[in-house]
Amino acid sequence: MKIVKLPKNKTNDFIEHLQSFGEVHAPQKKGKKSCAFQPVTDPSKVLIGEEGFLRTILPLKKYFHKPVDTLLKFSPKTGFEDAYEEEGNKVIFGVHSCDIHAILSLDRVFSGKYVDTYYFRRRKKVAIIGISCVPDDLCYCQSMGTSFVEEGFDLFLSDVGDGYLVKVGTSLGDDMVSSAGDMMTGYGDSDINEYKRRINEFPSLFKTKVDEADLPAILDMEYKSEIWEEMGNRCFNCGICSMVCPTCFCFDVNDEVCLDGETGERKRCWDSCLFKSHAMVAGGHNFRESRADRFKHRFLHKHQAFMGDFGRPSCVGCGRCTQDCPADIHFVGMVKRIKDDITCVHSGEEEK
Amino acid sequence: MIDFARKSLLDNPYLPQQCRIVASTPQTDDTMLFRVRLEDDRLAESFSHMPGQFVQVTVMGSGECPISIASSPTRHGFIDLCIRKAGRVTDAFHNLGQNALFGLRGPYGNGYPVEVMEGNSLLIVAGGIGMAPLRSLLWYALDHRSRFKDVILMYGARDQEDFLFKGELLSLQGRDDVKTLLVVEKDPDNSWEGDVGFVTELFDDVDLDPETTYAAICGPPVMYKNVIDKLLDCGFSKGRILMSLERKMKCGIGKCMHCSVGFKYTCIDGPIFTYWDAINMREII
Ligand SMILES: Cc1cc2nc3c(=O)[nH]c(=O)nc-3n(C[C@H](O)[C@H](O)[C@H](O)COP(=O)(O)OP(=O)(O)OC[C@H]3O[C@@H](n4cnc5c(N)ncnc54)[C@H](O)[C@@H]3O)c2cc1C
Ligand code: SF4
Ligand code: SF4
Repeated sequence: MKIVKLPKNKTNDFIEHLQSFGEVHAPQKKGKKSCAFQPVTDPSKVLIGEEGFLRTILPLKKYFHKPVDTLLKFSPKTGFEDAYEEEGNKVIFGVHSCDIHAILSLDRVFSGKYVDTYYFRRRKKVAIIGISCVPDDLCYCQSMGTSFVEEGFDLFLSDVGDGYLVKVGTSLGDDMVSSAGDMMTGYGDSDINEYKRRINEFPSLFKTKVDEADLPAILDMEYKSEIWEEMGNRCFNCGICSMVCPTCFCFDVNDEVCLDGETGERKRCWDSCLFKSHAMVAGGHNFRESRADRFKHRFLHKHQAFMGDFGRPSCVGCGRCTQDCPADIHFVGMVKRIKDDITCVHSGEEEK
Repeated sequence: MIDFARKSLLDNPYLPQQCRIVASTPQTDDTMLFRVRLEDDRLAESFSHMPGQFVQVTVMGSGECPISIASSPTRHGFIDLCIRKAGRVTDAFHNLGQNALFGLRGPYGNGYPVEVMEGNSLLIVAGGIGMAPLRSLLWYALDHRSRFKDVILMYGARDQEDFLFKGELLSLQGRDDVKTLLVVEKDPDNSWEGDVGFVTELFDDVDLDPETTYAAICGPPVMYKNVIDKLLDCGFSKGRILMSLERKMKCGIGKCMHCSVGFKYTCIDGPIFTYWDAINMREII
């Protein structure tokens, strides 16, 4: 892999330079306490690991799988038409490793036998510049195997003190560094040593650790655990955990009719399996009637079902759900409780 | 990583094709059999499916919903949809009228594993609207009669008013290459000539070889349980019991998650599951 160095005092110039490859978006303050991926007008406003602004409110999925997306236009005269509107190129700067893993996870979901054209037409237009980060109390990407990335980025910047070692992941990434002229430099012994020092130190920076080994089987055994009832009673079914999760992708589809009563649009919007309507069919039957069932469904999909489908958990350990849950549900704590508690009680014996 | 250059990103799987209602036959108070044909002749002729698959049907402005294909792939050029009024989209479909256009995409789902079933006997057990997807399998077997050993149909409806495909199924009783057992649960005015009771009672009238028979079941949840108990009693292995599941579906192509059960999607891994699959997936019935 090609690697170059970007000295820190050239970071803003480089962000400016990236504008020639598309509209640059990066984490910037939103309100007083939060940050969000937004278009960059002033590179000095870009947040790179400033304390308290580690994770953006919404992850990157908002660019490819839009909160509300118009799929089709229809009219009795012309039938159905694809409503996709071509978008310009974007460069997203400052994406953390867990969020890159999350995109790779969504790529798998939206490809397969049927390719989701809406997702991939946008995905194709977006370049991703990753950056290393320092975990806070809620991060557990290390436990989820998502604290490093080998693919899924055009460039990846790793902090080595006075600059970043820049891994070049794609030919587009190479164009970005090649055209950056003397903003980029070579790197030497001290950079390599600092890089290695940080990599070795990294695991010890995590305060939150979980061991997912064998969790799918344990979750099967814990299917009737009282923990689901307890959590179901606490959960408000607000769906925030799904909205902020970089790997949640459920959507609902609705048709909207214009005032002429004939023409209209088909839209999809983010949905949550915690909403009561999620598994409800005509006639009112609900396959997941209770809050406990729905809470369990989300948890099991993240840590068990997705494994069966794609060979790894869907959770990337970004900590957003725990940070934003208004019911103070600690999702990592849940994994721990389920794995470690050897005094648990179940609502019934399992049948043979 | 996805190869953006190679993947065909232009075929939009969400785009319905225009389709026309060419005939409709009332079945019950709230259920109608529609014969439909894709407007584009080339698409209409090339459309092919497996018994047990479904399509996504759009009524412009009302929305989209999954409907099983009720006709056999052995009959070309048209698709039969048997639709019960159950809400927004299905009601609107009934109101479309003769010759109207609507949207259709598919076929979706796995369908019955007919290649594996061929060479065996076929037992079809249907209850109520569950006859719709099984009608496709039934006619597939009858049109390829030599590929199957015995073909047995058991169909039960609440009463005569609820009985689907009545003329068609009654006329099968005259054929000796298919054993047709039809029952109604209630017959208040004694006008039903056949048996009165539940489908499960029909098992006394047949001789089944569990080693060489596949059983395909579709009906209301209570029926599944009782029929499966009967089949297990007869010695059927779980992999020879095929069931068709219904879940809420929005996309039909394994993306929206509404139909997920365990780590399976009803829309692409199903809607046909063996009973063995089913007991390995919690919350399935
Ligand atoms: C694989 C499959 C095959 C089906 N085959 C047939 C058939 O051949 N004939 C028939 O009459 N019905 C069939 N159904 C059920 C049919 O899809 C529902 O009755 C229909 O979705 C109700 O939609 P609605 O808009 O009329 O009702 P509403 O209650 O207004 O529906 C609201 C939404 O919920 C969803 N929904 C509601 N009920 C169901 C359900 N039971 N299954 C899936 N989604 C649901 C739909 O996405 C719909 O947009 C099938 C369902 C599935 C999953
Ligand atoms: S954010 Fe918390 S309260 Fe809201 S749905 Fe998720 S778990 Fe429940
Ligand atoms: S489940 Fe929570 S911690 Fe895991 S990826 Fe989603 S938001 Fe992040």
